[in-house]
Amino acid sequence: MKSSVITFPGSNCDRDIDVALKKFGFNNKMVWHGDAELPKSDLIVLPGGFSYGDYLRCGSMASKSKIMKSVINFANSGGMVMGICNGFQILVEAGLLPGVLLRNKYLEFICKNVFVKINNKQNKYFKNIDNEILEFHIAHNEGNYFCTQDQIKKITDNEQIAISYCNKDGLIEEQFNPNGSIKNIAGILNKEKNILGMMPHPERMIDSSLSGEDGSLFFNNLINNLK
Amino acid sequence: MKISVIITLKKDVLDPQGKVIHQTLEGMGFNDLNNVRQGKYFEIDTKENDSKEAKEKVEEMCKKLLANLVIENYEIINVQ
Repeated sequence: MKSSVITFPGSNCDRDIDVALKKFGFNNKMVWHGDAELPKSDLIVLPGGFSYGDYLRCGSMASKSKIMKSVINFANSGGMVMGICNGFQILVEAGLLPGVLLRNKYLEFICKNVFVKINNKQNKYFKNIDNEILEFHIAHNEGNYFCTQDQIKKITDNEQIAISYCNKDGLIEEQFNPNGSIKNIAGILNKEKNILGMMPHPERMIDSSLSGEDGSLFFNNLINNLK
Repeated sequence: MKISVIITLKKDVLDPQGKVIHQTLEGMGFNDLNNVRQGKYFEIDTKENDSKEAKEKVEEMCKKLLANLVIENYEIINVQ
């Protein structure tokens, strides 16, 4: 399976996701944001970080970079595109996913482990995964998912809410919402389910001696689903 | 030609920064405030000399980059 990770100026999780993808069997290539062409890929990842220093709005500048035209074409033709953290912000700014990520409700940068519940397994990202709840890591200042009333109805009706913040038992309640996101949303899919954006970092949970193994479950499952 | 644009958050969008500024102002003794909302201001100096053309281009910039219309409104406040 071939994957590509796009590096923008200010990306800082690009090498982490490179390590994770390779560990679970992807043949991964790093792609510079100024390139026009994508290598042949089964999966494109937009990594976390602070592209363009978060100027204007997080992800807004990166969403207009040269490579994004190819990423948008790839996504619109059904290609698998995953955005993590800043990558999620880039996806919404590029119009590939609905809504926007606002400043965290309590104005603090949040860096901690969280539990997320998988709401929808009818997609290649979460299909066949045994767990209902995963422990991932979040580290963000703008992860407060917001969209219009019409959009929230649409994404709910189309089962686009991929993962939601919850407690260790899978209870989705406001007290387990770290950043003020509507409906505790931690990640969403597009209508066709080939594009996933999420604030949590699965690539930070691939080593039991350092963190946890729930990211390993995710990546192992993902590569099997793509085969 | 210089064009000024302000970008404001839409009415229903939570503005935690505005809220903190509001609280701080109250702490400083400005007690008669109803609300504070934070926005952005841009001054765009363009080579275009036709004000109608220039305004249209800035509108396009607002729609495509400067504002995110899910959460923000833009207003061209000055053309000179």
